[in-house]
Amino acid sequence: MKVLDRRKMIFVNGVLLALLTLSMVACTLLGPVHLDLSRALRDLSFANPDAEILFRARLPRVLLGVAIGGGMAACGVVLQALLGNPLACPQMLGVSGGASLGGILGLILFPNWLLPIAGGLLGEISWVPLAAFLGALCSMTLVYRFSLFHGRLHPYHLLLSGVIFNSFIAAVIMFLNSIIDFYQAQGLLFWLMGSLSTRAYLTVAFIWAYISFGFLWLWAKGLSLNLITLGEEAAMQLGVETGALQRQIFIASSLMIGAMVSVSGMIGFIGLMIPHVMRLIIGSDHRLLLPASFLAGGIFLCWADTLARVLLAPAELPVGIITAFFGGPFFLFLLYREGRKALTL
Amino acid sequence: MNPAIQTRDLSFAYQDRLVLHAVSLSVDRGEMIGILGPNGSGKTTMLKIFSAVLHGQGAVKINDRDIETYGRRDLSKLFAVVAQESRMNFPYTVAEVVLMGRASYHSAFALEGKKDLEIARASMELTDCLLFANRYLHELSGGEKQRVMIARALAQEPEILLLDEPSAFLDLKHQVQVFELLRRLNRDRGLTIVAALHDLNLASLFFPRLVVLRDGKIYRDGSPKEVLTEKTIEEVYGIRVRIEQDPFSEKPQLFICPSL
Repeated sequence: MKVLDRRKMIFVNGVLLALLTLSMVACTLLGPVHLDLSRALRDLSFANPDAEILFRARLPRVLLGVAIGGGMAACGVVLQALLGNPLACPQMLGVSGGASLGGILGLILFPNWLLPIAGGLLGEISWVPLAAFLGALCSMTLVYRFSLFHGRLHPYHLLLSGVIFNSFIAAVIMFLNSIIDFYQAQGLLFWLMGSLSTRAYLTVAFIWAYISFGFLWLWAKGLSLNLITLGEEAAMQLGVETGALQRQIFIASSLMIGAMVSVSGMIGFIGLMIPHVMRLIIGSDHRLLLPASFLAGGIFLCWADTLARVLLAPAELPVGIITAFFGGPFFLFLLYREGRKALTL
Repeated sequence: MNPAIQTRDLSFAYQDRLVLHAVSLSVDRGEMIGILGPNGSGKTTMLKIFSAVLHGQGAVKINDRDIETYGRRDLSKLFAVVAQESRMNFPYTVAEVVLMGRASYHSAFALEGKKDLEIARASMELTDCLLFANRYLHELSGGEKQRVMIARALAQEPEILLLDEPSAFLDLKHQVQVFELLRRLNRDRGLTIVAALHDLNLASLFFPRLVVLRDGKIYRDGSPKEVLTEKTIEEVYGIRVRIEQDPFSEKPQLFICPSL
């Protein structure tokens, strides 16, 4: 009888953690400018350009990428389980869009009294994610309500409302961008396409804190997530307080999505692809699937961002383009497969 | 002895459609009851109220305590439910599905312990599922799937087993196997069983007490001999039947008389 045991937990997570560490080291060293690691570590002062590139430019970016890739994958896992829809992911459901709009409104309505604190940075890493979190939570609730008929969630309604909601949000963002001159025009592309750019360590630390908190919250619900995939009634009968579970998952994943979108915009498809691939490899038990998907998502975005940096060097692509490049065809493949399954049922 | 389930004036309506109307029913511990009635007579609704998925008006007491005072975790240790059909959007193996029945017995972070595995194995043995324990649920036939669902229900170690048409998608052999298993569980372990049933002949053979629902009300309640009469069947189901006593089991059996 093969079931999830401690050995499998440790083995899978250990292998993925090792791969993630290797990827992080490799991606820190790879880039448009050649970096000599021994020279960088020999002298850590500002005078050493290798150390400067390594610690100021590459490392915080890689750390941020891992957090966001992992967070997106974890959110994809829980949304798919909760909504019983293998095609769900933060972007597809319009949740990332809602978070973007929330974040932009947060920037526009940025209260001036927050500015002097830590040169605006502290305000930026608490106020904007908060606004994005509220945006994510509102859109998640809204899209969910619109797909609920007589207490049943309609899978294709859910996706359609998400897609429509997304294009509506994109229009609103474009509109806001043309009437309000905030930051530069480049700011707009960042929210819509998603990109990682180098951030201060304080920002990276805050994002890691938000994402770790949300992730641990979700992970604690791993067992209940297994049960909710059987449907709401079956989960209730097996002892899950489904209403409370749903609220907690909406809040925890909105918190993560809000934090992620506020620094990187909409990086799509990770939450769709990674959970599927991991399910094929390690099975559907969420107590393992969640941490494994987090680590795999981190690995994936780490490499995708490296590709975005070196592909057209010295120019840089938004990493959202790379993930969409892989994710678009993947989504179509899943849609085709799910459609065929629905026909044969 | 206190009844396991007791309802008084239980009513339930979906929006404005009344499904159950002032149902008063008492199920003793260790009883095996078949609920009969045509589609839409309220069988499924009643089972859903017993497992607290739906909440009706009127009192429902489980072991002499109001059902509303139980938490879901406690209820899942008292009741196990085998539904008409089960949804499976993601690939789980049979063993994983059966172990889900143990969820209320260990903490959310912990993996299943030795005792959980033993109980799951024993339930799979009882339902003949052990052979395909490592296969994916969605690869199984309807009959095999139903046996897995019963195994999961048994893994919950419930006092009361609720089944909604447990033999709906099964061939004759598996239907009889399921009913024999239920009878064994009832006799050997004292498991209280309440099942919504469609097949009146099998119900008559295996269930000592039958309750017939019509339009959300209890229409007849008693032994198969008392309940399954030509008059009752015609009034409830609207078809004409001939009823004879099977000489071996001494239970009434139906013969359908089609109108030509």
